[in-house]
Amino acid sequence: MSNEAANISGESQRARWKYLDRILSRPGPFTDPDWEPGEPVIESLSRSKILVIGAGGLGCEILKNLALSGFKDLHVIDMDTIDVSNLNRQFLFRHADVGKHKAEVAARFVEKRVKGVKITPYCGKIQDKDEEYYMQFAMIVCGLDSIEARRWINATLVGMVDMQNPDSLKPLIDGGTEGFKGQARVIFPTMTSCIECQLDMHAPRAAVPLCTLATIPRQPQHCIEWAHIIAWEEERKDITLDNDDPEHITWLYQKALKRAQEFDISGVTYSMTQGVVKNIIPAIASTNAIVAASCCNEAFKIATNTNPFLGFPETDNYMMYTGDESVYTYTFQHMKKPDCPVCSEENLARPLQVDSRSSLQEFLEGLAERPEAQLKKPSIRSEEKSLYYQFPPDLEEQTRGNLSKKLADLVSNGEEVAITDPAFPLQFKYKLIFQ
Amino acid sequence: MADLPPPVQGPTAKEKKYDRQLRLWGATGQQALENSHILLMNSGPGVTGLETLKNLVLPGIGQFTIQDSAVVSEADLGVSFFLEEEHVGGFRAEHSCNLLKELNPDVEGHYITEPIETFATQPDAFKPYTLILVTAPVRPEILAKLSAHADASLVPLFYIHSVGFYSHFSIHLPPAYPIVDTHPSPETTTDLRLLKPWPELLQFAEEKTSNLDAMAHDDHGHIPYIAILLYYLEQWKKEHGGNPPQNYKEKTAFRDIVTKAARTNNPEGGEENFDEAVGAVLKSLNPPEPSSSVKDLFKEKECVVIKQDSPSFWVIAHAIGLFYTKYGVLPVPGSVPDMKARSADYVQLQNVYKSKARKDFAEVLESVRFVERTANRSTQIEEKDVEAFCKNAAHIKLVRGRPFHVVQPNESIKWADRAKAIVQNLTFPDSLVPLYIAFLAWDKFAATHDQDGLVGAQQVPGETDAETDAGKVTGIALKITDDLIKEAVATLEEDELETIKSQVREFVEELVRAGGGELHNIAALTGGLVSQEVIKVITEQYVPVDNTCIFDGVKSKTAVIRV
Ligand SMILES: [Zn+2]
Repeated sequence: MSNEAANISGESQRARWKYLDRILSRPGPFTDPDWEPGEPVIESLSRSKILVIGAGGLGCEILKNLALSGFKDLHVIDMDTIDVSNLNRQFLFRHADVGKHKAEVAARFVEKRVKGVKITPYCGKIQDKDEEYYMQFAMIVCGLDSIEARRWINATLVGMVDMQNPDSLKPLIDGGTEGFKGQARVIFPTMTSCIECQLDMHAPRAAVPLCTLATIPRQPQHCIEWAHIIAWEEERKDITLDNDDPEHITWLYQKALKRAQEFDISGVTYSMTQGVVKNIIPAIASTNAIVAASCCNEAFKIATNTNPFLGFPETDNYMMYTGDESVYTYTFQHMKKPDCPVCSEENLARPLQVDSRSSLQEFLEGLAERPEAQLKKPSIRSEEKSLYYQFPPDLEEQTRGNLSKKLADLVSNGEEVAITDPAFPLQFKYKLIFQ
Repeated sequence: MADLPPPVQGPTAKEKKYDRQLRLWGATGQQALENSHILLMNSGPGVTGLETLKNLVLPGIGQFTIQDSAVVSEADLGVSFFLEEEHVGGFRAEHSCNLLKELNPDVEGHYITEPIETFATQPDAFKPYTLILVTAPVRPEILAKLSAHADASLVPLFYIHSVGFYSHFSIHLPPAYPIVDTHPSPETTTDLRLLKPWPELLQFAEEKTSNLDAMAHDDHGHIPYIAILLYYLEQWKKEHGGNPPQNYKEKTAFRDIVTKAARTNNPEGGEENFDEAVGAVLKSLNPPEPSSSVKDLFKEKECVVIKQDSPSFWVIAHAIGLFYTKYGVLPVPGSVPDMKARSADYVQLQNVYKSKARKDFAEVLESVRFVERTANRSTQIEEKDVEAFCKNAAHIKLVRGRPFHVVQPNESIKWADRAKAIVQNLTFPDSLVPLYIAFLAWDKFAATHDQDGLVGAQQVPGETDAETDAGKVTGIALKITDDLIKEAVATLEEDELETIKSQVREFVEELVRAGGGELHNIAALTGGLVSQEVIKVITEQYVPVDNTCIFDGVKSKTAVIRV
C-alpha cells in the first residue's frame, strides 16, 4: 500500500471520530498553555491500556463509554455470572445470556458494536492477579458493589508506587451507586486521599443485636434475620444456605412469617425476605449512567489533558450525587488522613476509643461495624504479644483463651495494636484509648 | 389451619426482572411507566436523546417513538452506541429504534423519519405522546409550538443541550404539578406528637412508667423511649406552669434530667432506651408545625375553591386544610421508629399511633366526601389516595411548572419575575448561570445562522471556524447578561461584573470548541439525568428538577435554577 493510500484509509478511520477530534485538536480556555493538541494526544489516547473492574451495572456503562471515548485497549475483570435481575440496567446482556460470565459477554458485545476496540475479559477475582499484572495499565476504573474489593485494589495500587518510577503511579477512578444516590472519585495513590482515608464516608449499616432477634423482635426485618441467622442454624444446619435458591428463600420466608404472626408483627413479604437475606441494594439504569459517565469523563480528561480533571493534587477529587430530590452534586476535595493505614507515609496508629471492660471477642466483633475499621476476620497483636490469631489453626488454639479476657487485662491504655485481615494486603495499626 | 402459612406467591417473571427498581418506585410507579409513550425529537449528533431512551427502555416504559430525519454518517458511529457500521446511509431513527428495542422485549418502539418541519405542523402530531423530549438545535418556531402544546395539553416537555463538556436541560411541567409520594428521607419523617399527645398515648405512657423506681432492671431497661419522654415531660410541665421545655436552654436542662434518670447500677452499666430518649430530645420536642410550603399549599387558589372538575389532589388538599384549620396540626402519619422495647409493648405503641392515624384519616375522608357532594363531583376519590395523602401530608410538594426560554432570532430574552433571583445567583463564585447564558447565546447563533446553501438547516457555532464563532457567541452572551442585569434593575460592582463577564467568555469558548459535537461521556451522563427526571415526572414520585439543570463536565458540578 502506498503512503498516500494508507493516509486516506487512516483519515476515513478518523472520520468516525469527528466530534471527539474537535476536542482533541482544539485548545480550550482551561487547557494548559503547554498542552499539545492533535496527533500526539490522539496517539496516546489510542495507546493507553485501561483496566475496568466490574462488568455489572456500572461496568457495562464504563466499557461502552471508554470505547466511545477513543480508548482502544480495554481489559475487564468480573467473577460474576448474569442473573435475570441484572437485565433492568445491565444493557449489554439479554435474557439468553443468563448464567454466562458477565466479563466475557460484555467484552464481546462492546467489541462487536464499536469497531476497533479490543477488550480482554478475565472471569475471576481481582485478588487472583499480582502487581506485575496491574503494572501494565495506565489507569484503573472501578465499578464495584463491594467495599472489600475496593479496599484491596486501593491498597495494592498504593503499595505499587515507587517514587523512582513515575509509571508505577496508577490513577484509580471509582464509582458507586445506591438507588438514586452515588459517587465518583479519583485517587492518585499516595498523592491524594485514598479509599481507606474515605472509609468512614461509607459506614456499614448497624446490625440488629442478637438478643433483639432472639427474644424481642419488633420489625418484620427482625423476624427475617431470626429465620436467617438462628432458625436455619437450628433446623437445617446440614444444608448450606444458598441465597439464590428459591426453596431456601421460601423456607426462610415462611419461618419469618410464622414468627411475625406469633409476635403480632405485620409486613413480612417474600420480596422483603429476599432483600434482607441477600442484602439487596436498589439499582437503576439512570444513576448507573450518571456515575459511570462521570468516572469515564475523568478518565478521558486524565488520559488526554483536554481539560482539568478531578484528583489533581490540591483540587477537588470527589463528586457526591443525589437525585431523589431534584438533582444535587457536591464536588469537593477529600483530605488525605495522616493516620491512614494504607497511604500515610508515617504509618501512624489510628486512635480507637474502646471500653476497657469489654472482652477481646466483643472488641474484635465490633470491628466489623466500626466505620473506620470494617474488618470482618481480624487477627490482633499487641506491642508485647499475639492476642488472637484466626489462622493457622494451632496459633488460633493457643490464643483462643484471650477472647474471653477483658481488654484492660491484655493491653494498657494508649497501647498500639496491629490488626491484620485476610481480605487486605496490609496491617492496620490502632492506638487503643480507654473510654 | 391457623398454623399453616399461606401458600407462597413467589415473584413473577416481571417482578424478578424489575426487582431492583420496584424496591424504589413500587408497583404503582411501574404501572405508570408502562402506560407512558415517550416521543424523542432528535437532532444534532443525537446521542443524549438515545442514551435517555436507553435508561427508560431498560426499566420498562410502555412505548417510545423517535422522530429524526437524519441519515447515519460515519461520525455517528464514533459517538452513538445504538448504530452499527452497516447502518451508514440508512435512517438514524430506524436503526437506533431497532437496537433500543433489543434492550427490553416488553417495550414497543416506533420511528418517524419525516423532517421535523413537516411533522410538527401536522394537526394532532403530538397527540399520542404522554411526554416529549426535544434536543437542540431546533428551530425556535418549532420549539415555541411544542411549548404551546405543553401549555395546552399539560404534557411535560424536556428541552436538552449536550455540547462538548457541557450540558443543560429544562423541563416545562403543567402549571400545577403536585407530588404526594415524595419519598422523604426516613430521618425527616418521624412525627411523634410528644408536645400534642392524645389521651390514648398519654395513657400508654402512664401504664408503662407506673412505679418506675420499683421496677426490676430488665423492665426499666425496656420502657419504650416515647413513654420515658412523655413521663418526664409531664413532670416538667407540673413545675413549669404547664409548659414543655420551650427553648434550647430548657431542652438541654430537660435532657439532663432524662440522662440522670437512667440506671447505671445495672449489669450493663447504662440503658439503651434512655440513651435513645436522650438522643431524641432536641429533635422530637418541637411543636408539630407543618412546613411553610405545606401551609402555602392551603392558600393556593385551586385549594381554596373546589369546583366540579378540580383534580382530586386539590379536593384532598382542601380537606386536609380544613383539618389543619380546626386542630392546628396535620393528620398523624402513624408510623413509629424502631426502638429498644419488648415486642408486645412496641406493637401496642404502634397500634396507639395507627389508630390515631386511622381516626384522623376518617375525619379527612368525611370532609372529602362532603366537598365532593357540594361540588357535585360525579366520581368519588379512592380511599387509598386520601390515605396516602394523610400519611405524607407533611412532605407534599407542589411544583409550579412554567415555560422555559425559547430563543427567538429578533427578540431579547425575558426573565420576568426570576430576573432578580437569577442575577443574585450570577454573583455567586461558582455560579453556573453564566453557562446557562452561554447556551442561550448558542441557541441565538443557531437561530440566526443557516448552513451554507441549505435553507432550513441550522448552523451551530464552531463547526468550521471556532475562533470567529466564539467571538460572535460571546457578543450575544454578554448582551444577554447586560439585558438580564438591566431587567433585574440591579447594580453590580465593577469587579463583580468583570468576573461574570470573563466567566461567560470562558464558558462560551469551551462550548464553541466542540463545534456542536457531543462527547459520549457527557451525553451518557446527561441521558442519565434526563431519564431520571422523566421517571420522576411519569411516576409522580420523588421531586423533579424545577425547572432547569446545568452540568459542567470540566469541574464535574451541577446546578439547578428556576428560569
Ligand atoms: Zn489513605
